Amino acid sequence: MFFTYLRRELSGRRKQTAIIATGMAIAIALVIIVNSVAAGVKVAQASVLESVYGVGTDISVTETPVPPAAGAKLPGRFDFGAGDGTTAAGSTTVSQSRLTAGPGSQTMDATNVKTIAGVSDVKAVAGTLVLNNVTFSGQVPDKAQRQAAAPNDSNGPPTGGADGAGGSSFNIQSFSVMGIDPSATAVGPLSAVALNTGRGLSASDIGQPNAVLDSTYATTATLAVGGTIDIGGTAFTIVGTVDSTSGDSGTASNVYIPLDLAQSISSNAGQISNVYVQADSASNITAIQTAIQAALPATTVSTQADLAASVSGSLATASSMLESLGLWLSIAVLIAAFLTAILFTVSGVTRRTREFGTLKAIGWSNKRIVGQVAGESVVQGLIGGAFGIVLGIVGVVIINVIAPTLSGSASSRGLAAAGGAMRSAGGNGGGFGNGVGFGGGGGFGGAGRGLSQAASVVTLSAPLTMSIIFIAVGLAVVGGLLAGAIGGWRAARLSPAEALRSVN
Amino acid sequence: MYKLNNVSKKYSQSRREVQALDGVSLEIPAGQMVAIQGPTGGGKSTLLQMLGALDRPTSGTVTMGEQEISKVKDVKLAEIRAKDVGFVFQSFNLIPTLTAQENVETALEPLHLPAAERRERARAALESVSLSDRADHRPSELSGGQQQRVAIARALVTNPKVLLADEPTGNLDEDTRDEIMDLLEGLWRDQGLTLIIVTHDSAVAARAQRRLVIRAGQVKDAA
Repeated sequence: MFFTYLRRELSGRRKQTAIIATGMAIAIALVIIVNSVAAGVKVAQASVLESVYGVGTDISVTETPVPPAAGAKLPGRFDFGAGDGTTAAGSTTVSQSRLTAGPGSQTMDATNVKTIAGVSDVKAVAGTLVLNNVTFSGQVPDKAQRQAAAPNDSNGPPTGGADGAGGSSFNIQSFSVMGIDPSATAVGPLSAVALNTGRGLSASDIGQPNAVLDSTYATTATLAVGGTIDIGGTAFTIVGTVDSTSGDSGTASNVYIPLDLAQSISSNAGQISNVYVQADSASNITAIQTAIQAALPATTVSTQADLAASVSGSLATASSMLESLGLWLSIAVLIAAFLTAILFTVSGVTRRTREFGTLKAIGWSNKRIVGQVAGESVVQGLIGGAFGIVLGIVGVVIINVIAPTLSGSASSRGLAAAGGAMRSAGGNGGGFGNGVGFGGGGGFGGAGRGLSQAASVVTLSAPLTMSIIFIAVGLAVVGGLLAGAIGGWRAARLSPAEALRSVN
Repeated sequence: MYKLNNVSKKYSQSRREVQALDGVSLEIPAGQMVAIQGPTGGGKSTLLQMLGALDRPTSGTVTMGEQEISKVKDVKLAEIRAKDVGFVFQSFNLIPTLTAQENVETALEPLHLPAAERRERARAALESVSLSDRADHRPSELSGGQQQRVAIARALVTNPKVLLADEPTGNLDEDTRDEIMDLLEGLWRDQGLTLIIVTHDSAVAARAQRRLVIRAGQVKDAA
């Protein structure tokens, strides 16, 4: 009888059923689309972050930056003495390569890795040293020639230098270098790369001048496996090239070398820049973060959730829009749909006063009548839910067909230090006109600010998961139950005598 | 069947207190056919609701058989209505979306019978009011007389002890009125029911064994 009555009521009151179901369908479709797009944006954010932090990194630890000491030498500064360089044909050729911690980065004691490894529920730890290699090379006029000419300025026009007329020219080449522990690549930047050519670094590479290059950088710098690359004045053999596994994004660094050599060449013995931590369970991440922060109070401990905030670009705009507009729009439409369902159900109960009064008169209990009203509402909600799911899937499919692209780049205090593959690593050239000379030694400051963010262009795909469908069905049932409960409560309150008196 | 002892009923209507029943004491033996007459607003329907366990008196007691129905809980009242009382209304009060057969089955719902038995009893009830051929019709597809027959079938399908009819012929023409009254009277005789009819119609009241007149909430046997 329950189902017969329910079926007859729903088909007999099609207009009310259609209005309630339509409202519910729109609300649920919106919830599905917003949830799917939000999931897609999260995947895109994770993709951008993985290119820097690697797959499976739950926590990143960096040293909180402090201002450099007064008079400290800037990392990109080059000093040339009077006797530096080689002189030929009136020109002095100078070249110097420096491997230093990049601007904005702060190193910390490598023993922090052991400290963090000792924190309970930590599954894997890896420390890296993020560096920047800057090579300055160029030609200046022979200084001895200039000094000889100085007592008598009437010796004719200057000669020598890059242009043969006393001028200078120089090049600044820079790329990012990351020192990694070749025996611990399960977590950290190299966990998010795929081998392109050659081989990766392994435990046997510790202490060996072997390097792995980001394939994009290798291409732009015309470097290949088997060749060498000068890093901080040491020639490294290129043993392999790698690609990012995260779509269009580059890998975390242009060059990867063993950590011990990175520390010694850059004069950062016993120092690291970042520690990548993997938790044994997602539920332990917060506890691990707290424990690390307590053990290493001078560090900045960031979880993936914290790092997501560091993703900028249109990806961040999309995320922000979803969090504000999308979320609130979904809530507003859901409330409107629920209110519509409640109002129509209550109005239906009022219209059916005679019907319910009669049913009570022939012995129907309040419970049975409430069940009937609630059942009708839940089915109306489920019909709306079913249409909503179809509508939502259509919306998600449309988004996936359009496949909008979002750009994102990751940067934060820690991330700036971590760096990222420099998509445009290369050289900067410059020159001085004639008449500019060097005294007993000069320098260039500020070169080597080439450490960039990891920029990615990510295609947004809105994944449709069973959990999203379950949420939609749950909302449909909740909406129906809510309307049914309120409508049923109204029906239960009807006194049979009053209900019949009002119509007879 | 019924024993009412000093029953009063007051209720509020538009901020005004209405004394619907005023110290009614009355006995109705089982199997009697009773007509209740009186002016509009005299308390006829209120008295019928007391007898039908739809409402409780403000004071006094209403006993149905051995059960004092004025003091039992709502759930028990619903059970009494489901098993012992059948109602027929002036406006038929059929559920518009259900067929005649399904409308009759609604009365069997509280008895929790198997579906097959429910269908069979409803079919038999419709047959007893000569409407088997209209079982699949909805109320809007039936005439007033046919609708009232469905309502009577619904009231009798549970084999109640009492059939309460509130102006059962009020919306019908004279021919249909007589037809329905013949039907009710026949069922009352055949099934040994207690039949209580509220009516304005003297022709209907004249067919009853006993006539009660209610005026200003007080009941008297008509001369």
